[in-house]
Amino acid sequence: MPGGSSGGSAVAVAARLAPAVTGTDTGGSIRQPAALCGITGLKPTYGRVSRYGMIAYASSLDQGGPMARSAEDAALLMQVMAGFDTKDSTSVDQPVPDYSASLNDDLTGLKIGLPKQFFSSELDSQMAAAIQSAVSEYQKLGATIHEVDMPNLELAIPAYYVIASAECSSNLSRYDGVRFGYRCQNPADLTDLYTRSRGEAFGAEVKRRILTGTYALSAGYYDAYYLKAQQVRRLISDDFKRALSEVDVLMGPVTPNPAFKIGEKTSDPVQMYLEDIYTIAINLAGLPALSISAGFIAGLPVGLQVIGNYFSEAKLLNIGHRYQQVTDWHLKVPKGFE
Amino acid sequence: MSSQWEAVIGLEIHTQLSTKSKIFSGAATAYGAEPNTQACAVDLGLPGVLPVLNKDAVRKAVTFGLAIDAEIAPHSVFARKNYFYPDLPKGYQISQFELPIVGKGHLDIEVDGVEKRIGITRAHLEEDAGKSLHEDFHGLTGIDLNRAGTPLLEIVSEPDMRSAKEAVAYMRKLHELVRYLEICDGNMQEGSFRCDANVSVRPKGQQEFGTRAEIKNINSFRFVEKAINHEIERQIDVIEGGGKVVQETRLYDANKDETRSMRSKEEANDYRYFPDPDLLPVLIEDALKEEIRATLPELPAAKKQRFISQYGLDGESATTLTSSRELADYYEKVAAESGEAKLAANWMTGDVLGALNKAGLEIAVCPVDADRLAGLLKRIADNTISGKTAKQVFDKLWNGNATADEIIEQEGLKQITDTGAIEAIVDKVIAANPVPVEQYLAGKDKALMALVGQIMKETQGKANPGEVNKMLVAKLKG
Repeated sequence: MPGGSSGGSAVAVAARLAPAVTGTDTGGSIRQPAALCGITGLKPTYGRVSRYGMIAYASSLDQGGPMARSAEDAALLMQVMAGFDTKDSTSVDQPVPDYSASLNDDLTGLKIGLPKQFFSSELDSQMAAAIQSAVSEYQKLGATIHEVDMPNLELAIPAYYVIASAECSSNLSRYDGVRFGYRCQNPADLTDLYTRSRGEAFGAEVKRRILTGTYALSAGYYDAYYLKAQQVRRLISDDFKRALSEVDVLMGPVTPNPAFKIGEKTSDPVQMYLEDIYTIAINLAGLPALSISAGFIAGLPVGLQVIGNYFSEAKLLNIGHRYQQVTDWHLKVPKGFE
Repeated sequence: MSSQWEAVIGLEIHTQLSTKSKIFSGAATAYGAEPNTQACAVDLGLPGVLPVLNKDAVRKAVTFGLAIDAEIAPHSVFARKNYFYPDLPKGYQISQFELPIVGKGHLDIEVDGVEKRIGITRAHLEEDAGKSLHEDFHGLTGIDLNRAGTPLLEIVSEPDMRSAKEAVAYMRKLHELVRYLEICDGNMQEGSFRCDANVSVRPKGQQEFGTRAEIKNINSFRFVEKAINHEIERQIDVIEGGGKVVQETRLYDANKDETRSMRSKEEANDYRYFPDPDLLPVLIEDALKEEIRATLPELPAAKKQRFISQYGLDGESATTLTSSRELADYYEKVAAESGEAKLAANWMTGDVLGALNKAGLEIAVCPVDADRLAGLLKRIADNTISGKTAKQVFDKLWNGNATADEIIEQEGLKQITDTGAIEAIVDKVIAANPVPVEQYLAGKDKALMALVGQIMKETQGKANPGEVNKMLVAKLKG
């Protein structure tokens, strides 16, 4: 599995079919496939890249960003993607720095935080070793390492699946067979048009999320689910805020394991959702995060995630680039792509 | 209504804000275009589009809030109201739910000379849906999305009204206000001002409300009164017949003059409101509020008071003349140009409004503009013509383009001011009418009128009747 949902784009870069591609990241859809395919992916700060033209999944979490072979290439694509757009009310009107200009900045004195919750028993031991090894490279580049505590991180998955599903259930309402998209054959009446068009065209996972989201927003459940999830979201943001006031960036894995086989996890959706444990909290907080290749396990790439403060994309690309100057993991491709 | 029952009425009024473009897109809002020619990608709900709030719609909502003395929310939020309908392309309507832009305010109405304050619970911004066209498509429904995304301000009243009459008075007052503020054109035929009524009845003296029914989309003052009265009677009949009123939505059928059930509470949609993640909260700072407050026009109540004190008008004339901003402006122009405020008020509330009514016209398109009316009033004031002659002149003003002076000149309507000439005629009439002269001298005051009439006839109405009267009395008694 190349990961997803921007898996196709990631594969195009890993296979050297395209030098750089755009992706969208709602819960890890840029970073996870980047990690599993051994490429560089950047999920920018929420509001840094316009969402206009992107098909909305979960509007408060969706963010577009670049995927490329290296941080240097990602910086070039990011340069043209970033910026204020009057067509997107949630895009932020703030100057865009020159992302290439700071790529070689010195990392001496960089404070790296390692959230202890990122290195719990769920993390594959070989993965943990690969991440530790990458962190050591940064120490050689002059960085210092600090353990940080993010007590609410474990709440990220339930909060994310409530919020993302709620927004998704509403965002996908427009695919009703009336004006565009799939329409069922010979609808008997309006209800039939709606139920069959949507029933026939949406896949099982999409239906699961629409049902979950509709339930979470329904009268009598809104407070217990949607509102509670928003409160949790604030707690998670606060955790990050606190941590990022103590250190410059956070580091950890992108995924708990290297790529798994097709069909291996789809039978258990909860297990599949747990794959996103290291990425989705960043979307809930709206922070930027970079995924870079930091080693291989049995021919499969390991992704290192670097999380920075709001609008610190230039710093993240700098951190990624300096690593890629002293290592060559980003030049290697997964098995089967040679 | 039998006297033991009391009706409780609250209104929800949708006013279409008269912005040039839609509330979340740049498409035009003009009425009457070919179907789907004023719907852009955002209005069509195409994948990937995003809403961007129209500042003018916000300003207009704040304008309204200030005019009803309401709290303006410093922080209000757009929410999605989710439901499926073919003329709702996104599958949700962007509205406001928990945090509306305008909070509690009030509007004073007057019914049968009694003033009453009606509370306004809230007013919120939202987008209109498109239109479903059920005719002309042979078993299919056509969708016109020109109206989709038109800005609406939904104004929700407290259940403070106790009769259909009060409800209509409130609706009229609100209609007058939004037009004064120039935030809504008030065109009810085009749906710019639509009303839903919540109606319930309860035994007089009871504190709790009865179960209410909501009557949807009643689009004229007359229908609102009829629909509410009909619904009150229906509910009383149900209760007196031993039944229970059920909470439901009803539709008023103007042709049959009845309401009928549309859907019950059980069938009501669960709209699953939640804050729209595509839009930021609307923040209204005090500076903006004050800037808008400074641009508020004089409101009807204040204008009425000013007309009374500045022009010396009675309450009734002042109410009539301030019933629309156009009428008030017209009046003030006539009063200023003629220098005859009271005379202007009499003419406007009498002849001018009478003629407009008869012709079915609004003051904005009155055939006699303010300048020409003022010209006429000046000639009445300086005794060039009598009040009676003035009515003739007014008819000619109405039907042509000449000024009052031109008409008076052409038609030779000027009053005779030469006392010698009038005196000769007075003498002639006295000599020719011995009988009324005798009667008058014997104490019959009425006989004098016959003599005045004769003199006016001789002068072809061009003598000043007051002068004639004075001269005649002097001659007879002298």
